[in-house]
Amino acid sequence: MSDNIATRKAYGEALVELGRANPDVVVLEADLSKSTMSALFAKEFPDRFFNFGVAEADMIGAAAGFAVSGKIPFASSFAVFCTGRAWEQVRLVVGYAQTNVKIGGSHAGITVGEDGASHQMNEDLALMRAIPGMTILVPADAVEMKLAVPAAAALKGPVYIRLGRMPVPVLFDGDYRFEIGRAAKLREGKDVALIGCGIMVDACLQAADILKEKADWSATVINMSTIKPLDRAAVVDAARTCGRVVTAEEHSIIGGLGSAVAEVLGEECPTSMARIGLKDCFGESGKPAELLEKYEMNPQDIAEAALGLS
Amino acid sequence: MSKQEVESKSSAPAPQGDTVSLLQERARQIRRDIIMMLAEAGSGHPGGSLSAADIVACLYFHIMRHDPARPDWPERDRFVLSKGHACPVLYAALAEAGYFPKEQLMSLRKLGSPLQGHPDMCKVPGVEMTTGSLGQGLATGVGMALAAKLDKSPRRIFVMIGDGESQEGQIWEASMAAAHYKLDNLTAILDFNGLQIDGPNAEVMAVQPVADKWKAFGWNVVEIDGHDIPQILHALSPDRKAAGKPTMIIAHTVKGKGVSFMEGVVDFHGKAPNKEQAEKALAELGT
Ligand SMILES: Cc1ncc(C[n+]2csc(CCOP(=O)(O)OP(=O)(O)O)c2C)c(N)n1
Ligand SMILES: [Mg+2]
Repeated sequence: MSDNIATRKAYGEALVELGRANPDVVVLEADLSKSTMSALFAKEFPDRFFNFGVAEADMIGAAAGFAVSGKIPFASSFAVFCTGRAWEQVRLVVGYAQTNVKIGGSHAGITVGEDGASHQMNEDLALMRAIPGMTILVPADAVEMKLAVPAAAALKGPVYIRLGRMPVPVLFDGDYRFEIGRAAKLREGKDVALIGCGIMVDACLQAADILKEKADWSATVINMSTIKPLDRAAVVDAARTCGRVVTAEEHSIIGGLGSAVAEVLGEECPTSMARIGLKDCFGESGKPAELLEKYEMNPQDIAEAALGLS
Repeated sequence: MSKQEVESKSSAPAPQGDTVSLLQERARQIRRDIIMMLAEAGSGHPGGSLSAADIVACLYFHIMRHDPARPDWPERDRFVLSKGHACPVLYAALAEAGYFPKEQLMSLRKLGSPLQGHPDMCKVPGVEMTTGSLGQGLATGVGMALAAKLDKSPRRIFVMIGDGESQEGQIWEASMAAAHYKLDNLTAILDFNGLQIDGPNAEVMAVQPVADKWKAFGWNVVEIDGHDIPQILHALSPDRKAAGKPTMIIAHTVKGKGVSFMEGVVDFHGKAPNKEQAEKALAELGT
């Protein structure tokens, strides 16, 4: 396992590779290029990079304009601003208009850390899920991000890609297969299915180890990197096999992965389940590790939630 | 609040030589606190905090009618730091004024501290509006100013915005509303330091000619050197307001002002000084 890499860094590098392969790719930014790492693209392709300043709504509008003119725009900012400030713009000129716009939202979740609740976006998945036709990707590591960016470009239509600030372990190797809309089963078990996305996939893997050790449980671990369209078959299959489901996301338990899984289970296969994530509250300033502990989002918490299920 | 009390708190006598040097001293103290807090926190925004220090000192220690012992006094003047990332300057001024103990400044950005990375009005006495997402503070100031008019209250509303922040559409929506409602009790201050995160405004997204824009939107526009105390006091004084118009003070400032190696340096927008840099900065600012 190599050094930790932030998924935003992989995003920036993937944009550069994409820019080399496809001259139609343009990148839009809102004064955060050093944070979203779109600066890497700006450096290599200054003519195809457009900074809109601190004006996220304007950036999304312009992205739609690029898209209807045959370009493939990637618009980046912090997750809170490109999905929150510009939500209604995304709804109309990206979602409703079905434009080929890709949105990269960085600094998602509480591991933003010291900047505090104003910047910790725990509602972006909920906001984007509510928009018809929006594809939502939450890559778990740098390897998956490198695959997700070109896959998003190849898909015709709106895509939201969630990026993290914090460097995180690289989980996958060169053989990892990524496909939009397909869940990746990382471990096969029979006692509980742990379904995670983003940084919580690693936490699920660790939780599986804890469960093995503590209770001799075997856990299925699923990387649900596509939140929408959700791989319903994978959810139902895991629930039928294991009889218990825990979801884990760096997001509110309302409206994100946990909600999406609960919707499927409620309709197709009612199953005892628990959701790990922000429990209907805002975050606060603090170190990422301190916040993950305080808000009960560590592997230990996932394992405990699993053991608490009937 | 009795009328008499209000009057005893009404401020802004003509600036005397003494007043100026006292305010300079406050600003210097605020700058020292900014450096110390940020060094201790290990993250945060020095550039835009330092550029605003002189203006914030004038507001809290000369212009505004407020009472640190009663942060909820209804007749107080209001200050909204719309460019919330510069909150170290606000926290330092509030502590200096006595809203909370100065020792608390060192808890900035730490788990459990009321001093969040961006201002949280639910956690800190004296913080009038939660900010941090740029572009929203001026609209909240419009609401406060409209409420003061409804109450027939003399309270004044001050809102500080950034130049990068001025690129947000909501600033201009609020600008239009303030002029439409003739909010002469509202004063906006533009901390015009010329820099944002990705570089100078002029390269990222030009905001100039900014005075013409505000004039065209129906504001009374005043341009000053935002580090010159007499000019700041003069611009903020109640008799500079134009009847029926909100006032915009375009304060020409230097990002990182007061610390030589931070002045005009883009990277010190959001990078805290390390220990060595903090010592150097404090030596420059003087004890
Ligand atoms: C809506 C929104 N978009 C982006 C950001 C990220 N951000 C924080 S500060 C900043 C630049 C602000 O520049 P300016 O207003 O000139 O501030 P100053 O130079 O006074 O620090 C940006 C883009 C934000 N806080 N809010
Ligand atoms: Mg600026």
